[in-house]
Amino acid sequence: MEIAQVVGLAIIVTVISAVLKQIKPEMALQLSILAGVTIFLVVMDKIKLVIDLLQKLADQANVNSYYLFIVLKIVGVAYLAELGCQICRDAGENALATKVEIAAKIFVVVLAIPIIVAVMESVMKLLA
Amino acid sequence: MGIDLILKVAGIGLLVGILAMVLSEAGKKEQAQMVTIAGVIVVLYIVIQGIADLFVLIKSVFKLY
Repeated sequence: MEIAQVVGLAIIVTVISAVLKQIKPEMALQLSILAGVTIFLVVMDKIKLVIDLLQKLADQANVNSYYLFIVLKIVGVAYLAELGCQICRDAGENALATKVEIAAKIFVVVLAIPIIVAVMESVMKLLA
Repeated sequence: MGIDLILKVAGIGLLVGILAMVLSEAGKKEQAQMVTIAGVIVVLYIVIQGIADLFVLIKSVFKLY
């Protein structure tokens, strides 16, 4: 039951951070960043299992693993951007958070270029 | 990694807060400021190590090289 660990950790951090915010707000922010990172680390082991399953399924279905890796990369970029964006928003830096989101969108589009090109080529092949 | 690191950060935060409070009560404003800055830097060091661990793991899981 790792969800119990995550929820317990979140509750403990929330209580400590409520106290710490009155004494040292900057420490409370860093504490919440560390808690977020720890929860991500717990979840990441499980995500690894899911990705291994996806890879196995793709191998069985004879899907080119190149395209699977692109999708994985996009998911990774989205995860990282979400983490950074929420940390910025927690600290009250809304402008920075929006810029992180925009950067993440651009990186996702750049990563998706090979897929878009492949789709375009197959459409052209069908039309010709 | 885990709860011990979080408790470490929380302890440093409380300790620095109390120390700064005592020092500023004793009329040593500059020392209180220094203690605060030192505490923030120490905690930032811990947090950055955690973030680096996470980034390495994410890069290996999602194959972001």
